[in-house]
Amino acid sequence: MKSRTIKVDYLARVEGEGSLYVKIQGDKLADVKLKIFEPPRLFEAFLRGRRYNEAPDITARICGICPIAYQMSAVHAMEDAFGVKVEGPLRNLRRLVYCGEWIESHALHVYMLHAPDFLGFPDAIQLAREQPHIVQRGLQLKKAGNEIVSVLGGREIHPINVCVGGFYRVPTRSELAPLAERLKWARDAALETVKWVAQFPFPDFEQDYIFVSLQHPDEYPFNEGRLVSNRGLNISVHDYDDNFVEEHVAHSNALHSVLKSGEPYFLGPMARYNLNFDRLSPVAQEAARAAGLGPQCRNPFKSIIVRSIEILHACDEALRLIERYERPDSPSVPVHPHAARGYACTEAPRGTLYHRYRIDEGGIIRDAKIVPPTSQNQKRIEQDLWQYIPSHLHENHDQLRWQCEQAIRNYDPCISCATHFLKLDIERA
Amino acid sequence: MEKVRNPQVLIIGIGNPYRGDDAAGLLAARRLKEMQLDSATIIEHSGEGTSLLETWKGAQAVILIDAVSSRAVPGTIHRLEPISNPLPTEMFHASTHAFSLPDAIELARALNELPPALQVFGIEGRNFQAGSEISREVRDAITEVARMVANEVNARQSAPQ
Repeated sequence: MKSRTIKVDYLARVEGEGSLYVKIQGDKLADVKLKIFEPPRLFEAFLRGRRYNEAPDITARICGICPIAYQMSAVHAMEDAFGVKVEGPLRNLRRLVYCGEWIESHALHVYMLHAPDFLGFPDAIQLAREQPHIVQRGLQLKKAGNEIVSVLGGREIHPINVCVGGFYRVPTRSELAPLAERLKWARDAALETVKWVAQFPFPDFEQDYIFVSLQHPDEYPFNEGRLVSNRGLNISVHDYDDNFVEEHVAHSNALHSVLKSGEPYFLGPMARYNLNFDRLSPVAQEAARAAGLGPQCRNPFKSIIVRSIEILHACDEALRLIERYERPDSPSVPVHPHAARGYACTEAPRGTLYHRYRIDEGGIIRDAKIVPPTSQNQKRIEQDLWQYIPSHLHENHDQLRWQCEQAIRNYDPCISCATHFLKLDIERA
Repeated sequence: MEKVRNPQVLIIGIGNPYRGDDAAGLLAARRLKEMQLDSATIIEHSGEGTSLLETWKGAQAVILIDAVSSRAVPGTIHRLEPISNPLPTEMFHASTHAFSLPDAIELARALNELPPALQVFGIEGRNFQAGSEISREVRDAITEVARMVANEVNARQSAPQ
């Protein structure tokens, strides 16, 4: 029987490096392997023996795109361990800085990485040549997010101002005022973004996904809530390890996360949206409806619309938080470390990011576990490829490869989080 | 249009401190900071492309230092002039960023936002594993690149504007 293989050694427009291997025998799809080569647990080993308060800054270095997410999961896990509650304006500032990270990460993905797929451009550079005003809008939108992270995080790329118990320094109202001016523009630009991407052509592809995200009683989730799914899961983050399993997979050095039942699940904007639509800001809900999306969306290619709606929500929420802000008397609450275990999930731009730490009586980290969203989505991405590729088998090598890459990009995988150095190979022979 | 007289050189050292030789650009930037050059601004950067674009906006002369991987001998110094020749993208695949340094330069070109003067110093790395140490050859190359960049800055300062 004639067989062909698609091999892609370098995955374009995906954070990190990965390799995808696809084998086709005759007219049948025979194999799909998303490969991750590098051991994912180096940072966990690196954390052992360090002080509890070093975790936010060390883990922030895992990813240049979502350092705030790592800091947030780290500080919440430590605060969980030591019984610390961060509330009021400090809690709001954390939500604000998370808004900044969502805006910058999502704007990067929507404009620079994902949109070219739908517009028939090989990359954002070609898009910039043809439609410079569009790319400029994306860059300015991203900048609005960067500025929030710079002001609150102390630095744009590797923020250093977040600490266990709060912040090292909190801004004055007047320091936040210029952010509000730009955010008003950004909110309008985000609305335009939703309208723009809603017109893209989308393949007819829907799956019966298990979506998992945090859920908060009143808020679209960032830092807190219970872990819920559309299949009845509703647990405290303390029970994460009892409900999710990481499996070693022969073809990948990363671990594949599955539910205890063995089923893959879907994290990120699509999951948050499907599980928390009614908690989006009114302007975001309205934009979603105008874009033709109901409260449920099961087409992963439309994640670009959902991501744009989350940008809009984050701009709106950031403005609301800035308007209400009153500078707290102290930038942090006291923390008294003791021997304990701490758990946290927060919603990174790409989905739920789990941290678990065991601390000794001297405040030293004895054990750390970090499960990034991309490693949890990995098996789900493979499943999508198994379903998506068969209807494209007739296409030539380059087209099929591009289809595969696009299907992977739906998840905005950050492979530099999931491991560090992933090669993606798609083979067709 | 009158040319802005700006003798400042913006030096951007790129890398991740936890990925072995990927830290080369950052370490070169730190070495240059120690030299206390009069007319240079020195920044450490993760290498995410779109924010690089923002970082060099308005600068007249930019020098970028980054680790590269092109199967050359580790420690090899590549001196590149991206204004006249686009960077070979394969060389920068060691970057884990979706939108990398060569992308940033080409995007800037497409948007007419390239700085008037732009140089890239690439340091060939050996090991980009997370948590690994800097290779000896790369360590030597960092010292050499810092010296070369300092000479470049000094030459620009003494040249007529």
